[in-house]
Amino acid sequence: MTTLTVLLALTGVLLLGSSRLSISIRLVAIQGFLLGMTALWGESGFHAAGLSSGLSGMLVKGIVLPWLLLFVLKQSGARREIEPFIGFGASMLIGLLLMGLSAWIAWRMQLVEQGLSPALFTVALDLMLVGLFLIITRRKAITQTLGYLIMENGVYALGVGAGTEFSFLLEIGVLLDVFVGVFLMGIMIFRIDREFEHIDTDRFIELRDTASGKLPVEAGEGVR
Amino acid sequence: MNPWLFVWIPAIAGCMAYFISNDALRRTLWLSVAFLHLIGSLFAASPPLTLFPGAWFGFDSLTALFLPITSILFLGASVYGVGALRRDARMPHPDRLPRRSFRFSPEAIFSGCMLLFLASMSGVILSRHFGLQWVVIEATTLASAPLIYYHRSRHSLEAAWKYLMICSVGIALALLGVFCLALAGSGAIETLTIEGMLERAGVLKTAWLKLAFIFILIGYGTKMGLAPLHTWLPDAHSEAPSPVSALLSGALLNCAFLSILRVHQVCLPCGIGDFSRDLFTLFGLVSMGLAGIFILHQPEYKRMLAYSSVEHMGILSLGVGLGAAGAYGSMLHALNHSLVKAMLFMAAGNILWMYRTKTASAIRGILRRNPTAGALWLGGFIAIAGSPPFGTFLSEFIVLRTLLDQSRWLAAAIYTLSLLTAFVGMASIMLRMALGDPNPTETREKLDPLCIAPPLILGFLALGLGVFIPRDLHLTLIQAAQAIGGFMP
Repeated sequence: MTTLTVLLALTGVLLLGSSRLSISIRLVAIQGFLLGMTALWGESGFHAAGLSSGLSGMLVKGIVLPWLLLFVLKQSGARREIEPFIGFGASMLIGLLLMGLSAWIAWRMQLVEQGLSPALFTVALDLMLVGLFLIITRRKAITQTLGYLIMENGVYALGVGAGTEFSFLLEIGVLLDVFVGVFLMGIMIFRIDREFEHIDTDRFIELRDTASGKLPVEAGEGVR
Repeated sequence: MNPWLFVWIPAIAGCMAYFISNDALRRTLWLSVAFLHLIGSLFAASPPLTLFPGAWFGFDSLTALFLPITSILFLGASVYGVGALRRDARMPHPDRLPRRSFRFSPEAIFSGCMLLFLASMSGVILSRHFGLQWVVIEATTLASAPLIYYHRSRHSLEAAWKYLMICSVGIALALLGVFCLALAGSGAIETLTIEGMLERAGVLKTAWLKLAFIFILIGYGTKMGLAPLHTWLPDAHSEAPSPVSALLSGALLNCAFLSILRVHQVCLPCGIGDFSRDLFTLFGLVSMGLAGIFILHQPEYKRMLAYSSVEHMGILSLGVGLGAAGAYGSMLHALNHSLVKAMLFMAAGNILWMYRTKTASAIRGILRRNPTAGALWLGGFIAIAGSPPFGTFLSEFIVLRTLLDQSRWLAAAIYTLSLLTAFVGMASIMLRMALGDPNPTETREKLDPLCIAPPLILGFLALGLGVFIPRDLHLTLIQAAQAIGGFMP
């Protein structure tokens, strides 16, 4: 269990430092696997109740979604994250700070009384913050999708740590939502690449409130 | 009546719609499901309401109010949508993509996603379990993102991406809130239903409950469009096809609001009702103030309507925050705003079709060029501004009177000032569009009756609510207000 949480935290820090998008996707895949393992093992050895959710999580977050994103990446021709708003070295440093912050919050909240594992809680919070950080500071649409997935992983880890017994049906529902969400994002990145010939979301500035610049008349087809 | 029907019938019909290639058949299916949904929801909303203890779906007073709103709007938007698809088929756009055999036609995707959108919204309104509620709220985002992207243009792509990203991240935070809610109880599944939480109101841990409320307010508040979390809203509402904008604004924002109210319902008996009320008030006032500023000098009329939605969501939130009669005002305003805003977005869709531009300054003299479209636009303006014959006046006035009753002078000042700012901003934009002489080169074209009837009927409903509130509706409103800690004096 401890090994798993340490490894999970490690993927978080490495993700902040990686500039190659294909490596980032693979790191998220590893993260998905590790999360499935935590659901399977739990605090005290093998945990049969987590079998279904652990395995389905591994399948979706460890295999299917990373494979889909790698496919989109290949189609778009983007290779690496260029000039993020905060550099890779600084990002890793911030990642360490975020982990410290998460540990401090976990310590302050006196989780043991709640029956929560402080280590898992720290990692969960850390992953959510890392995901948010990536969404805010990176340009490529694909990295933002990864950020969303990492954040979702963090929330999932908290659910595992809290021992929330969502029924199997609900777990599948949550997983299906995440799957369809990332699938839609993948399709959209594909179209963004075709339409704009780049996938940099910081260049999405055509929609705004000021009257400056001509807003071209919508020339799409269909319902008005 | 089994509440699962409201979710399953539209969901199955939606999946079928993708595979039906005959336009007439698909439209018939679409409209008949919309009609059935309305009949069913009116039937289910009439007393006595049946709550199934421990069940994940059920009818209560809030459902009895919000489900018919969604049904009425969906039927209106569907009729309008069919009309709009019909007029586009007569005049195909030169950019129309060639149809490929292995793909679903754009219209099939449109109607399929609309029906799935209805299914997920019904799910949100009916759900009694916080985990299930999360699943269906995320499903509304997923079903509506392709609808926003329907035009296949750069702008709609940008809007749909922002919508999907911002709302998904917000809703992920709400999931954190749901886990906190579980931690406030014992973490077992049965306790995550509203009844289960209310039964244990005395033993819930308030610290975790507060945390849960904050995360859920931020998460679902993003979806509801509370400022400053509203950034996706103007883009999505202005780029989506008009019937979709009508649904997003009139039905979806309400669904998100209802989901926050569910947690508020749990907070009330646990003694932290004041905490949640203060947050509602704060977000409400901030939304109203910010939206008022953005409405002034807004160059695009659909964006202006979107900011107006942010403002009205602020009124709803403020009303709940005040409690007492304010909660009644808030519930009544939810109904009024949905009717009026859906009507306005449809009227805007007609104008967009006539002029092919979203820029307000490029449009003059709608009333002379097409009296029907102009009259709808002007009528909508009078209604959304909260003028006396319309129901919006009544509900906005109730909220104001509650503010004055509670001697909240500063909040009352912000409230009236924001309403005034929005009024001035909308008047200058909408009146200039409707009045004046049209450009003589513009031809007069006939609007499809299917695109006129829905906004007209919605407008008359909003007018009727200002004159007379039926007894059953009044009782439902009182019960809904009582459920969220208010009453009717």
